Amino acid sequence: MGRYIVRRLIYLFAVLFVVSAITFGLMHAVPGGPFDKEKALPAEIVKNLEKRYHLDEPLVQQYFRYVGHVFIPEFSKTKFSSNLDDDALFKFKIGSVYVKWMNFGPSYASRSRTVNDIFRQQLPISIQLGLMALIVAILIGMPLGIIAALKQNTVFDYMSMSVAIFGVSVPVIILGPVMIWIFAVSLKWFPATGWGSKPPYLLGFLPQKLGWSYFQHAVMPPIALGLASSAIIARLTRASLLQVVREDYIRTARAKGLQERLITTRHALKNSLIPVITILGPMFAALVTGTFVTETVFGIPGMGKYFVISITNRDYPVIMGTILLYAIFLVIANLVVDILYAYLDPRIRYD
Amino acid sequence: MADLLTVQDLETRFRTREGMVHAVNGISFDLKEGETLGIVGESGCGKSVSVLSLLRLIPTPPGKVVAGTASYQGKDLLQMTDEEIRQVRGAQISMVFQDPMTSFNPVLTIGQQVAEPLEIHQGYSRAMAYDRAAEMLTMVGIPRAKERLNDYPHQFSGGMRQRVMIAMALICTPQILIADEPTTALDVTIQAQIVELAKRLQDELGMAIIWITHDLGIIAGLADRVNVMYGGYIIEKAPVKELYANPQHPYTIGLLASLPRVDESGRRRLASIDGLPPVLMEKPNYCPFAPRCSFAVEHCWKENPPLLQVGDRHTAACWVNPKTGGERV
Repeated sequence: MGRYIVRRLIYLFAVLFVVSAITFGLMHAVPGGPFDKEKALPAEIVKNLEKRYHLDEPLVQQYFRYVGHVFIPEFSKTKFSSNLDDDALFKFKIGSVYVKWMNFGPSYASRSRTVNDIFRQQLPISIQLGLMALIVAILIGMPLGIIAALKQNTVFDYMSMSVAIFGVSVPVIILGPVMIWIFAVSLKWFPATGWGSKPPYLLGFLPQKLGWSYFQHAVMPPIALGLASSAIIARLTRASLLQVVREDYIRTARAKGLQERLITTRHALKNSLIPVITILGPMFAALVTGTFVTETVFGIPGMGKYFVISITNRDYPVIMGTILLYAIFLVIANLVVDILYAYLDPRIRYD
Repeated sequence: MADLLTVQDLETRFRTREGMVHAVNGISFDLKEGETLGIVGESGCGKSVSVLSLLRLIPTPPGKVVAGTASYQGKDLLQMTDEEIRQVRGAQISMVFQDPMTSFNPVLTIGQQVAEPLEIHQGYSRAMAYDRAAEMLTMVGIPRAKERLNDYPHQFSGGMRQRVMIAMALICTPQILIADEPTTALDVTIQAQIVELAKRLQDELGMAIIWITHDLGIIAGLADRVNVMYGGYIIEKAPVKELYANPQHPYTIGLLASLPRVDESGRRRLASIDGLPPVLMEKPNYCPFAPRCSFAVEHCWKENPPLLQVGDRHTAACWVNPKTGGERV
């Protein structure tokens, strides 16, 4: 298993290389540049800016400069300056040597911040939101699917599947404001906007203080974001469980005299979870990266906004950085899924 | 010996899109303590459905047992509450299924699955049940049984899996073992081993066996009595030797004639029975075998024959005596 994980992580680098090359190419193929404004800047100033950010170099050179900054760690005997150019996502000290790794560069749009700052301050919020949405999706979706399958073609089934269809059909942009109107404005149960945690974060993404305020802020947005996914999980769980309960080994379990409850919990559930686990990987990545609307509706200072705005601004480092990071999420989420597979299904072994 | 199980007029139907399928049409038979009863017939003749009906393992809907009684220890299996029948299953009457590949849960260890009946029926602790499971596995000929408890089904070969299945069925020492084509999915050499194993275990544990198969060769060496089924009916019942020496139903005669023989010199084509198995969409008011029967007379098309006494402990559902070609009644 260890070797398998290492192999997959090496493969991750190959994926990142391809993703970065394609993104870089597409990004520069789109007309316009980061310093095109409604009122055009004087040619001299644009030229200086482009020189400052090395945009006057050939594209290939720019690409490798960027990749080098991100992937190759830099070492120094002296402490790095607090200059924006010297910032990096990881800065630490080994013995007497200072190391920095993953410098995603400065943001062209917000000059006072680097992409690393955005990752440090905004990304954790989006990860928290995405994770909670995934948990909401599982907690709502799986029980609904299980009930629907066990009580197939009864009122429970129809009700569960109605909830599921409602979940897929109503987008966050409708659900969010309605929830705010009911639970924040009318009932005043939860705050309408904001997020209850601030940097720095534990392990880069976990809030350090979990207080009442944090939970209050973290009720509505994950539900709004996760409901559609919960519907997908519910339908998949139902279909999967319905198929499993027709398997021969379920008949065997029944012939052994097991209680129906035990047949479901011990014999059917674990088997029926395998296809559900499959979609959790891509779903988690989609939830973390797809937070733009939710964050906008609930006024959450997360990553989603930067991701979308960076593209309209042609803010090259932010585009590259977010896409690379999202690619890392996707690959790691799928790796976790594959490891879970081996745990759920003993027929799957990776070495 | 005393009757252990008496089945009367069992009738099972399936509601399908095309209409009602009459899978089992009022069959009656009994099983005595410690004996082996063979049920023989081609695919779709209702042999599996009839025994699954007894343990109420028919998927309902679409299936339904519409009539009959199955009296076991003074109670009717078909009238028991769900909880009562659950306590019979696996403890007093247990089953071995056809396909040892799909009949085990792929994600649970063999130990968990074999020990399970003891835990639920006899309240064994996990450790005690595992010890007993290891003994059972040794008994059915699994080497290194104790270690293999932690293996998963896919780590066993087909024959080994069927042995494990038998161990699992017998772990609560049931009075009746129902084996539903347990050798059909196996190699011929493995089939013989499984049959030998069943005989040995019957000697040691004394349970009665209902062995369902379409293989007359297996039945010959195993069963005490045989029921031949056709189109949802039992069409002939006889002690095993009597059946092979003196078959009285044209279908049984056809089946026996179609067996390849090693003691025959020269080459001959295997005999076959012309025609197709009956469609079960309606209950015929004539003999269900008549369309394929070379002995059929007018009477066969007018009335479906009941089981008629044709010899000592030997009945057959046929109006015609195939030896003479004349009618019996």
